[in-house]
Amino acid sequence: MTVKILIYIIVMAVVTYLVRMLPMMVFRRKIKSRFLQSFLYYVPYAVLGAMTIPAVFYATGDVLSASIGLAVAFLLAFFGQSLIVVALAASSAAFLTMLFI
Amino acid sequence: MSQSSRREFFGGFKDSIPIALGYLSVSFGFGIMAVSNGLSVFAAVLISMTNLTSAGQVAGLTVIASGGGLIEMAVAQLVINLRYSLMSLSLSQKLDGKFTWLSRLAISFGITDEIFAVASGRSKEVSKQYMAGLISLPWVGWALGTLLGAAAGEILPEKLKLALGIAIYGMFVAIFVPAARKAVGVLIVVIVAVAASCCIRYIPIFSGISEGFSIIICTVLAAVIGAVFFPVKQEGGSDE
Repeated sequence: MTVKILIYIIVMAVVTYLVRMLPMMVFRRKIKSRFLQSFLYYVPYAVLGAMTIPAVFYATGDVLSASIGLAVAFLLAFFGQSLIVVALAASSAAFLTMLFI
Repeated sequence: MSQSSRREFFGGFKDSIPIALGYLSVSFGFGIMAVSNGLSVFAAVLISMTNLTSAGQVAGLTVIASGGGLIEMAVAQLVINLRYSLMSLSLSQKLDGKFTWLSRLAISFGITDEIFAVASGRSKEVSKQYMAGLISLPWVGWALGTLLGAAAGEILPEKLKLALGIAIYGMFVAIFVPAARKAVGVLIVVIVAVAASCCIRYIPIFSGISEGFSIIICTVLAAVIGAVFFPVKQEGGSDE
């Protein structure tokens, strides 16, 4: 590995770490504003929704197996199954779809 | 470690298994990509061990392969990973009272989309032992997957590898669907975020928006709408 590549990696790592670390270090006190509290409460659900759809349809290489995997995930999640059950069932459903259809 | 600390650690460890499995397969692809772009196996693994992020690493690889400048590298990482700031800010509100500045420095390294999702999906505050448990295995999975991908090429059958690509999304679904079922505010926020994300993806005038920026825009838009129309009850009982 050359020094140049090492420097690239250091820049990547430092910038990525600062982005993660600074907000956590700066906001040490509980936020009082109701708007900000509500905003932060909704952030994870917004991020997950935006990241899942439509990206999930391209996650397995074909839309059909991904759609079936997603449908299985929705159904199991709706009935309160755990993370790992939902994740593996979605993968299995997608895999079986690819094998048999 | 006291018994409750250990229970917290293994609780996080158990919750991280699906993340680690997902990371193993995703980083496998990154490993292959890094080596095919001329990096050594060691460099590929070093990137994964120090960055722990998929989109940022792929972008970084592109900059390295094209001989881009260091400023370009820094800006690319900043833009693509900016969403972690939102997550970090959100997570900072969910930590229990026992976090020292050192433990904050340590766990902030491990904020990823998936780790954040699981931590914030917990109904109660999170402890540092829980976070340590939650971060350890995915970090190992991410580095190990990169190593396997870079060193050995394609180990898994193609179809199995592709099918594992959906595992992470299954986890996301398992977090937001039950929450949306319980609270109409969450349901609306998810619908707005999904609609915005589809618009940016499919409407041609938005095609210049990068994936990282798209996530930021959708998140801010949907969470602001949620906060305005469905404000959550004040925690701690202090009115402004």
